[in-house]
Amino acid sequence: MNVTVLLFASYADALGRPEIELALPAGATVRDAVRHIGALPGADRVPPTPLVAVNQRYASLEQPLAQGDELALIPPVAGG
Amino acid sequence: MRAAIVETPLDGANLLREVSAPANGAAILFIGTVRDVNDGRAVTGIDYSAYSAMARRELESIVQEASSRFDTTHVVVEHRLGTLDIGEASVAIAVAHSRRAAAFDAARFVIEEIKRRVPIWKREHYSDGAREWVDPTRATGRGVVETSPADAGDEPTNSDDREPRAARTPGA
Repeated sequence: MNVTVLLFASYADALGRPEIELALPAGATVRDAVRHIGALPGADRVPPTPLVAVNQRYASLEQPLAQGDELALIPPVAGG
Repeated sequence: MRAAIVETPLDGANLLREVSAPANGAAILFIGTVRDVNDGRAVTGIDYSAYSAMARRELESIVQEASSRFDTTHVVVEHRLGTLDIGEASVAIAVAHSRRAAAFDAARFVIEEIKRRVPIWKREHYSDGAREWVDPTRATGRGVVETSPADAGDEPTNSDDREPRAARTPGA
């Protein structure tokens, strides 16, 4: 299945792009996707267990992913 | 009730007008502005960016939670994105209520929840030309560590279970 990973702020800077398409085996979880991202060049500046959202809702690392999901890695928020 | 992400200057007076109603005995306007120093460094401006679709969704949830918690539908919030100069408003919150205590509490609730969970980021510009993303989970020179969505446990009891519990935030 294919999942779109969105990167923001410091994480986008670290990976050098705002979006990554991942092909993952069926049954993969958020944690699996994050592990794939963690192996990319520059990912040493992304924590191994970042805050995440799936389809615009905060999610746990154990959440299973589905074809077409939008997974966002959320750096520490700083609004206001 | 209304929540918006905007890219134009905020006008607090408009928000106050929006929440006014004859039954309200109190109206609160909170404006968050860009200050010229942070953690001992001279700041000249801030770039605000967001995961816009989710930020809008979270802002709307916060406004709805404030409304049910504090029993008023007169809650409006706008957060601005883009590059802001010192003194410019980045967030504006207006709340009106029949009683002042609830109006103060609701406005405070909205800004604290924004800081805790709305996916917005700021990159500060410093007087020496450097630019850095702000990480509120990192201890500052004053030893301040703000909470993040992952480690806060003070959710309103009527909220649904959208908050992350298993994920951990670095340094938190």
